[in-house]
Amino acid sequence: MSRSSWDRFQNFSFILPALVIFSIFYIYPFFYTFILSFQDYDFISTPKFIGFSNFREVLTDKEWWSSMYNGAFITFWALTFQNILAFMLALGVDRVIRMNKFYRVVFFMLPILSEIIIGLLMKQLLSSEPLGRDIFNRWITNLGLGFLAQDWLGTQHVRLVTALVHCWKGFGWAFVIFLAGLQNIPQQLYEAAHIDGASAWQVFRKITLPLLTPVIALVLVLTILGTMQAFAMILALTGGAGGLTEVPVMRIYNHLRFRLVGLACGEGVILGLILIVVSFGMFFISKKIREKYGVLPS
Amino acid sequence: MYVKRMLKVILFFILVSVTGSCTKREKASHLVIWHWMVDRQAAFQTLAEKYESETGVKVDFKLFFPPDIYSQKVIAAARAGNLPDMFGVLGEKRMLASFVKAGHILDLTPFMKEDGNIWMSKFYPQTLKIVSFPPDNTYEVSPGIYGVPIDTTVLQFLYNKNLFQEADLNPQSPPRSFDDFISYAQQVKRKLGIDGFICGWAESWLLNALATEWAINLMGEEKFLKTLKGDVPYTDKDWIEVFSLFAKLRESGILAPNITTMTNKEAEDAFAKSKAVFSFNGSWAVNVYKQLNPKLEYAFFPLPRVSSNFPIKVWGGAGSSFMINAYSPYKDKAVEFLKWLTLPEQQKFLIEATNNLPAIRGCEDSLPPVLKSLTESFSFLTHPDVWPYNEDSRVIEVMNRGLQQIVMGLKTPLEVAEDIQSTKERLLRR
Repeated sequence: MSRSSWDRFQNFSFILPALVIFSIFYIYPFFYTFILSFQDYDFISTPKFIGFSNFREVLTDKEWWSSMYNGAFITFWALTFQNILAFMLALGVDRVIRMNKFYRVVFFMLPILSEIIIGLLMKQLLSSEPLGRDIFNRWITNLGLGFLAQDWLGTQHVRLVTALVHCWKGFGWAFVIFLAGLQNIPQQLYEAAHIDGASAWQVFRKITLPLLTPVIALVLVLTILGTMQAFAMILALTGGAGGLTEVPVMRIYNHLRFRLVGLACGEGVILGLILIVVSFGMFFISKKIREKYGVLPS
Repeated sequence: MYVKRMLKVILFFILVSVTGSCTKREKASHLVIWHWMVDRQAAFQTLAEKYESETGVKVDFKLFFPPDIYSQKVIAAARAGNLPDMFGVLGEKRMLASFVKAGHILDLTPFMKEDGNIWMSKFYPQTLKIVSFPPDNTYEVSPGIYGVPIDTTVLQFLYNKNLFQEADLNPQSPPRSFDDFISYAQQVKRKLGIDGFICGWAESWLLNALATEWAINLMGEEKFLKTLKGDVPYTDKDWIEVFSLFAKLRESGILAPNITTMTNKEAEDAFAKSKAVFSFNGSWAVNVYKQLNPKLEYAFFPLPRVSSNFPIKVWGGAGSSFMINAYSPYKDKAVEFLKWLTLPEQQKFLIEATNNLPAIRGCEDSLPPVLKSLTESFSFLTHPDVWPYNEDSRVIEVMNRGLQQIVMGLKTPLEVAEDIQSTKERLLRR
């Protein structure tokens, strides 16, 4: 073996373990899912090729689109309420540098908790007897707001409550990313703006927002990807609530439980494609915004 | 030098992981059995020790829990050709059929029929039907018996006797009709402020089982099966009447709040704490209630009738079963063990330890009264696993969600019937 070949082999050997693991656990399942989506399969029998039947079934299935709507509803709240809250908290913490580590820990506690635990905990808090302990209603009653007490997991509110619980659990991620983005903005820019007599709003609009655009785009894409794939917390909290909170991954999970493997894979592929299109769309829009603000060389 | 050392380390780990996953049992006196029954592990362990002391054969009961994880484990093992000597197959009958057709499960018919059907005759017929395939079955499986039931499960209504008494109802006289059921529950709610009915309807199979029982009572088993076959539409008036029963339950105000987001475990917990007067649950609940509240006074009762035109059928028969790996080198020893496990002595021990209904006859005297009452329903059990046709799981999914939607007031019985029928027609066209 020549010296250069040996060098290449040595170099390659360093990435080989990671490459093998990545191939086995990511690349192979990705292609296998794609292959299975064209088959009728129950994990045990011999798979039968059925062409685009699974895709046709998914695309014409009302319940699938209803679950996509539920996912989009939760995503809407995550994109707006969750991210605005996270952004405002990050702005606040960015100013209070001395305490920022404490706040980072506090706000990041929720995302590191298990989704199932959060779901079960909130079920206990929000449900009335006999399912839960009605704690939330008791709190607001003790605060003199008893007229607001509701059946929070009842038909009328369950979808919105699920979305808000998801936001409550998820805002820590966005907070940490926003805070990191804010702390990367050079301080000199703010100082120069103050010397020039810029108001707080002008500083925010002309410095903070444009320089944070890539981070905002990243957070938006991660929010969409994460929320459209939300599952465990919703399963523990409502179990689907007669379809009101059934999200796409819950359908995929249920079809796998029924051993409708090809159909579940077809749903997974369609969901994946939708998310890829949305993600690229978001990055494209973000790029356009950055070009408009002149942050990127156009 | 450093690189060579790194490569050696990597090679070492690869070898260790490959050889580690290829352990092989050499001893014929060691049987392995996989199961999911967390509440029975201790009892199984005791039985395994007893069996080893009697025969010298060690039986290793390996528990995998929860059942979903267990199912995945069994499927993965089947695909890898790594199944243990004995195991159970969870899920619908078509899953068992797939395992049989793939050659993973030993046909036990010759063993069952040895010496004039001596082993076969011990079982309640319904329990064996669950693990059998008759000639010309729709799954196209060779006819035979492919499993050994170790218990029987029955789904029935339950009532809390103490709450009955407190609400001036006769604790020895549960409701017989649907209307009585509602009026009794309303009386309890009115007098005691306690919910009338609780059930884990987030797990929609419980809704499905109840709808099935009422459908068979209302239209008869023949018409019910014709619906599954596709000859009777779900928009038939009898079906709409079945779905309307759930609307009536909702309108009567007896259902526990958030019943459609309640798991069966949560419902069991609430019933055990006397937070509802009626429930619908399986015979396994006897053990659960005993653990949650040993002082709970309750009894099972048959389905509240909605019609006197047809007999009622009770969802049940399918308990837990063990299958033998057709590729196991120790098949004969596994058969011997399962024969031993289904002897009255072992079955009585399981009754005492786990409060489950036995799979074999002749143990009735060992049953506690609450379980003994359930054996009366053994002659009119029904279950999808014994029906000649089975509904497509996508239709079942739409029906279950539809029933939840009726209970939540989101859809009318007619709308649900139309949803189910349109799914059924779409699948029939394929």
